[in-house]
Amino acid sequence: MPRWGMTIDLDKCTGCQACVVACKQENNIPFSTPEEAEYGREISWIKVMTIAEGEYPDTKLRFMPMLCQHCDHPPSTKVCPTGATYKNPEGLVAQIYPRCIGCRYCANACPYQVKYFNWYEPKWPEEIKESLNPDVSIRPKGVVEKCTFCHHRLQKAREQAVVEKRELKSEGEYVPACVQSCPAEAMSFGDLDDSKTEVARLSKSTRAFKALEDLGTEPKVIYLKEGEWRAG
Amino acid sequence: MQVRTNEKDAVLFEPILKTGKGFYITALFLLAIALWGFYAYTIQFRYGLGVTGLNRPVFWGFYITNFVFFIGISHAGTLISAILRLCRAEWRRPITRMAETITVLVLFFGAGNVILDLGRPDRALYVLQYGRIQSPLIWDVISISTYLTASTIYLYVPLIPDIALLRDRVTGWRKRFYGFLSLGWTGTEKQHRRLEIAISVLAIIVIPIAISVHTVVSWVFAMTIQPMWHSTIFGPYFVVGAIYSGIGALLIIMAIVRKVYRLEDYIKPIHFNYLGMLLFVMTLLWFYFTFAEYLTTFYGGEPTEMAVFWAKINGEYRIFFWGMVLTDLIIPFAILCNRWTRTITGTVIASISVTIGMWLERFTIVVPTLVNTRLPWHQGVYVPTWIEWSLLAAFFATFILLYMIFTKLFPIVSIWEIREGRERSIDETVERIKGYLPGERAGVK
Repeated sequence: MPRWGMTIDLDKCTGCQACVVACKQENNIPFSTPEEAEYGREISWIKVMTIAEGEYPDTKLRFMPMLCQHCDHPPSTKVCPTGATYKNPEGLVAQIYPRCIGCRYCANACPYQVKYFNWYEPKWPEEIKESLNPDVSIRPKGVVEKCTFCHHRLQKAREQAVVEKRELKSEGEYVPACVQSCPAEAMSFGDLDDSKTEVARLSKSTRAFKALEDLGTEPKVIYLKEGEWRAG
Repeated sequence: MQVRTNEKDAVLFEPILKTGKGFYITALFLLAIALWGFYAYTIQFRYGLGVTGLNRPVFWGFYITNFVFFIGISHAGTLISAILRLCRAEWRRPITRMAETITVLVLFFGAGNVILDLGRPDRALYVLQYGRIQSPLIWDVISISTYLTASTIYLYVPLIPDIALLRDRVTGWRKRFYGFLSLGWTGTEKQHRRLEIAISVLAIIVIPIAISVHTVVSWVFAMTIQPMWHSTIFGPYFVVGAIYSGIGALLIIMAIVRKVYRLEDYIKPIHFNYLGMLLFVMTLLWFYFTFAEYLTTFYGGEPTEMAVFWAKINGEYRIFFWGMVLTDLIIPFAILCNRWTRTITGTVIASISVTIGMWLERFTIVVPTLVNTRLPWHQGVYVPTWIEWSLLAAFFATFILLYMIFTKLFPIVSIWEIREGRERSIDETVERIKGYLPGERAGVK
């Protein structure tokens, strides 16, 4: 069984938000309003977080895309009362919307705050409704949702492999929308357990780190810290 | 319907046999608030939890605070009553029923707040259908439903002789109602013996259940790894806080019932004095736990914990925190530490203060942790909306309303226990005290 994981090279990330847009489009994320977003109500499975460092004029802006870390030991799935959120056999942290009672316990238990709640019935402008992704279900109001590593793409890729009577490739064949759309190629995706993949190689880089590593959650999203580019 | 006014303890039957205008006016007023809350809920049900002040990362706010608060209040009753019964505290007789009734009624409001908080209340029963025993929320479901069952039985069993007394005093549908509930009680010696055994067994069973309830409520928070939730003392800390606020609520209700139903002869200053002392002990115990919790956090100085710590001490939650210190420590301590102010008025003021304070305590536990997350960029705000305020008011109003209705259906002071105290316990107590003394024959085992 592959262990799907992602690396994000912070040296390469330009903060362009292409991943954010791609994700919203791919996963039928409902629209929000500026006021609601300001109040922390918008849904965005991946967000480019910014950290401003230093004082004027010696300032620097750092970017860090934040999405579900797909932990090997997820604090959120432990506490779910109904099993609506769980770690599936492929190691992805999944959410079953029809099972979710909307208690938001998982959202509070997640130290990365990457679980999102449907505060209202989802809304789209009429024009957008036409282009909703048929592979991804629409979530009703009152349930929690989150990044699935574009699980529907994995299903499609696997079906294709079955049809062609071969193994699913450990990289390149199943790629989440954010990774696919990154213009700076800062993100890589594949099987972390297959040493031939780029993610496996990058995850062993001396620049590699995991968010809140000391909590022992064992994320499968691995960041490469800035350094090479600046040093060079 | 006849009232035998010349009978002893007639005043205890009076609320059930006579209802004045004041009752209806108060009931209508409370019903109006309850209906307003219902209206607010229909809006939330229709549009979703977006109508509250909740957001990301503050996923829990008023409802969960109220849940912890109401479940805490429930510890007044059954637990206090069970402990007093087991200790054979003779002064317990007029107050046990009042306490037990609080427990049974308030538990519905505790559990009800969780339902309010659900994004999908229509799926609430999934916790039974698909419940995962690994989730602390399921521990709550098990513990609270056990407690509700046990405390309802514990309220009902000592009610049986009183229901029989009522059965013999009323006519019509009420006779059938009380006749059914009295389970054929005739007051024989055998029945009394069985009743006493049942009460003793229940009193013992109910204590660990009550303690488990607030322990697992605290574990909902403590089992996560969030700063200032992930604490090993949360179990006992919450239990202490629960008993503390529970005694406060009991004292307030005692004072109201005493005044409204003119029970000055039954609920005396001594009861307020004794419970006031118990409240004082709980003040100190609560302070001990709070101090231990905050000192440990501060001394460790772990940055994510300190962010929450400072948010409470001098950040945006300082009003709630210092309000809590004022109402949970300074006011009750000052009033209850001496017998000159430990009067009826004094203990009631202290109790109101403690009840408000314990709500603030629950709030300062739930919200500041969620606002100050581990990762630096998710700092949130939480401003409750009129929906949440309305539902809080409605829950209080409905609780008082149900309590009032209870006093109209059943004697709020246990009549047979008062009579037992008058007729049998004086001699028994004298015997028992003799038994404590050296050189005397063993009195009661």
